[in-house]
Amino acid sequence: MHAVLRFKPQPYMTANISPTSSNPAMALEARGLCCVRGERQLFAGLSLSLTAGHCLHVRGENGVGKTSLLRILTGLSKPESGEVRWNNEAISVDPIAYHRELLFLGHKDALKEDLTALENLQMYAALDDVALPDEKALAALWRFGLRGRENLPVNCLSAGQKRRVLMARMLTRQARLWILDEPFNALDLQAVQELQDLIGEHLSTGGLVVLTSHQVVSISNVQVLEL
Amino acid sequence: MNAMFAIIHRDLLLVMRRKSEVLTAVFFFVVVTSLFPLGIGADPALLKKIAPGVIWVAALLSTLLGLHRMFAADYQDGALEQLALSPQPMVLLVAGKIIAHWIVCGLPLVVLAPIIGIQFDLDADSLYVLMATLLLGTPVLSLLGSIGAALTLGLRGGSVLMSLLILPLYIPVLIFGAGAVYANSVGLNTSGHFSLLGALLILALAFVPWVSTAAVKIAIE
Repeated sequence: MHAVLRFKPQPYMTANISPTSSNPAMALEARGLCCVRGERQLFAGLSLSLTAGHCLHVRGENGVGKTSLLRILTGLSKPESGEVRWNNEAISVDPIAYHRELLFLGHKDALKEDLTALENLQMYAALDDVALPDEKALAALWRFGLRGRENLPVNCLSAGQKRRVLMARMLTRQARLWILDEPFNALDLQAVQELQDLIGEHLSTGGLVVLTSHQVVSISNVQVLEL
Repeated sequence: MNAMFAIIHRDLLLVMRRKSEVLTAVFFFVVVTSLFPLGIGADPALLKKIAPGVIWVAALLSTLLGLHRMFAADYQDGALEQLALSPQPMVLLVAGKIIAHWIVCGLPLVVLAPIIGIQFDLDADSLYVLMATLLLGTPVLSLLGSIGAALTLGLRGGSVLMSLLILPLYIPVLIFGAGAVYANSVGLNTSGHFSLLGALLILALAFVPWVSTAAVKIAIE
């Protein structure tokens, strides 16, 4: 935020930047996306825009292209046509800067089974260039009910507990944009509530969330995209 | 650079947690090279003559045994996507994975070579040359192998295809690696062999990480 102030010192710009940020530059935008899988066109001409503090809930039947859309938004797959823009710049221009702001959690949990929950968090923190002292990592794991299990190899955890490790990663990742594919899978009722709270906190500090889910999501500031 | 060390550390830690998979390749190398003297019998002159070839072929095959692990596990559990989405140049991470593979599958061969060489009645001089060729050659094996491992990601029967793709590329390393030891044992100059092995290593270092990165990106798209 301070960088914006320094580089763009116009008074009208600085005036409407509050600490909880409604910074107009912090936005995800997609224009005219078209996705083709094999012979089938999943969607075409899809445009969306999402500003800070908002959540986009992508809904649709199985196989309609929700995951494909999310992967295009992350830059993992290229759209057939159209482009994705972050802060008014195409994500392909500077993917590393975009990835610094991005956390994507897919169907697969990407946790290494032979490492402990704590080691997994620390490993991803090192790769993501995030400073993560031990106590902060432990606090994140404890918050999501993994107290006493932080030093168990992940293959000893249940599916829901693995998702809880991912929630701890979301908390510690310090990314502005979360793209979550079916984040509520395998979670018990309490964990669903905790995850909704976590997403709510993220939105209230000016974060952006794109998620898919078949469940009803009770988060404020949700826009729904029906595919 | 920190990310590269992080990925090397991670891969080595994973190996320490699951030692059996890795020891298989090293064990294979030791067993195959020990079976030859037993099968051929105690003819020192013959053993000395076949030693470079046998040890080098065993090194090629044992490297190949460990190759499929380089990216496959990360591909299956989604970690490769996370690596691609981390704010790091992907080529550094791929290079880190190749280095980790060499530390696990290549370095032990260099260390074990003198012990294996004794079974073939190699003299001290030949043992040094053998170790030096392996030290220069095994990184090339890991580097070239990473291309095959990346190209066959997600394919069924990928490891057979990988052997077919990669073994022909290993031939120059085999020729100059084994050739240096043989040349030394008959009293010829080995500097030519070493220069060529070094050139192969530099070429592979300069190009292979980028090629493997491109292949990995295609696989996860």
